[in-house]
Amino acid sequence: MTPKALRYAAIAAALLLLITLPRWVANPYYINIASQILFWAIFALALNVLVGYGGLVSLGHAGLFAVAGYALALMLAAGYGHLAANVVAVIVALAMSAVFAVLALRATGIGFLMITLALGQILWGIAYRWASLTNGDNGINIRTRPSPFGISLAGADAFYYATLLTFLLAVVSMILFVRSPFGASVRGTRDQPRRMNALGYNVWLIRFLAFLLSGFWSGVAGLLFVYYNQFISPQIAALQTSAEVLLMVISGGTATLLGPIAGAAIVVIMKNVVSAYIERWNLVLGVIFVAIIVFMPEGLVPGSVRLARRGWNAVRARLNPRPLGERP
Amino acid sequence: MTALEVNGLCKAFGGLHVTRNVDLVVAPGERRLIIGPNGAGKTTLFNLITGELAPDSGSILLFGQDITGVPSRRRPHMGVARTYQIITLFSRDTIVRNAVLALLGLSELRWNPLLDLDGRHELIEQARAALARVGLEHIAERPLSQTSYGERRRVEIAMALAQNPKVLLLDEPFAGLSIDERRDVRELLAAIPRDVTIIMIEHNMDVALDLAERITLLHFGEVVVEGTRAEVVADPRTREVYLGE
Repeated sequence: MTPKALRYAAIAAALLLLITLPRWVANPYYINIASQILFWAIFALALNVLVGYGGLVSLGHAGLFAVAGYALALMLAAGYGHLAANVVAVIVALAMSAVFAVLALRATGIGFLMITLALGQILWGIAYRWASLTNGDNGINIRTRPSPFGISLAGADAFYYATLLTFLLAVVSMILFVRSPFGASVRGTRDQPRRMNALGYNVWLIRFLAFLLSGFWSGVAGLLFVYYNQFISPQIAALQTSAEVLLMVISGGTATLLGPIAGAAIVVIMKNVVSAYIERWNLVLGVIFVAIIVFMPEGLVPGSVRLARRGWNAVRARLNPRPLGERP
Repeated sequence: MTALEVNGLCKAFGGLHVTRNVDLVVAPGERRLIIGPNGAGKTTLFNLITGELAPDSGSILLFGQDITGVPSRRRPHMGVARTYQIITLFSRDTIVRNAVLALLGLSELRWNPLLDLDGRHELIEQARAALARVGLEHIAERPLSQTSYGERRRVEIAMALAQNPKVLLLDEPFAGLSIDERRDVRELLAAIPRDVTIIMIEHNMDVALDLAERITLLHFGEVVVEGTRAEVVADPRTREVYLGE
């Protein structure tokens, strides 16, 4: 098989596995974990637009994730329907992304990181302290999940399929983005902003639009998070969430499609599955991150590809030893 | 009509006056060489012309149009292209992708988030044509990280040429090249048609002199001598600046 055919086969197998998962796994507990992996993966993919392709490391994305969730919860609490609440929540997330971008894009590098961190903390502070709006530490409950086209998402399987569909849409939008001229523009501003400007690109506007794309999918992930838990509290807007999703992106592999997904899977599985067996699961997660940084500084997915290729070459060299003096 | 006209241009960094009241008039199709010792303000002058730096005073006219206040990112769209003295390329990409990015910068396509860039065959053909002009077509698919220094210099020039500029600013295009590579670059610069005006900073007098028609000598940010090649070479002030007599 050619590498291309192999890739298509792998994609088809992965799709088939994802679609048939509820048939293999009867326990709704594991289906719920799969849903969590998928919406955290959407969030990580969203952050990867900035971190991986834009070269802009944000530590404030929990704010965008949470602002969509709070907008949804508040709209529902005020008696609006699910559709209106979702539309408004996405618009709020986009508007907040625009505010973040305008303020943070005055800088790059560590300056950008610090501004996004500060903005995220402001949103966390509002969620925590403005109790008359957000109900403070007690959070907001959501009574029902929506029933789009008459299909109730109350059950684990139905919610999983809705999340999977959203996840696949996010993946498709990322694939389109990465291979598009705009994606090339974003990567160019990461690698050589000065040259991009001299070639006629509007570096600021390119980064701003990339921020909006990132904010959009962060908001969508936040909506799924709130529907999944049917609850939102200030904890989700905290710095720890921003750091966690950033770790997903970096550990999985920045500027790759599979990296953030793998990173999300590792963190969610550690939190939910391993924590049931090992009390100090945080320690295990830390050890895994250290191991990734030491052995695969480029991230789990590109690192595994590199090691697998090296292993394969070593096996091939042993099977077909070359005569001395001949160069490969 | 002049291709480029600079009037009374001044730029200071704190107390350091790097450009002092510079006047420069370049005719369409001219080959202008800018020389001067290290720190004379040559690259700063280029950065002012391309808009990467804003002047403290003075004006810049491109084909009679005042571009002093035009943002630097708009100037390539008006026909100004440059190369960098310190190579500034996209090292994670292939050679041809570098040239494609140069073309994309002037195309509305650069905002498109849906099309497949690798499927824009006309763009890629144009990029290959630009690479062919500098003799790199045969290694177009090679990652930039696997190219030699001399090849990268030529990629710099190819990217500027790909934008089909009216005014081309070359910042030390021969820097760091071997004798053979210098000859190749000299030939490719000589082959650029006359509808492109070239302004070049260069130290390598043996290759640069016979490309230039007029020479401007900068020293401490000021124009010291300007004239034809013979005039500037014969001028005692040139000798003074370079030999410190």
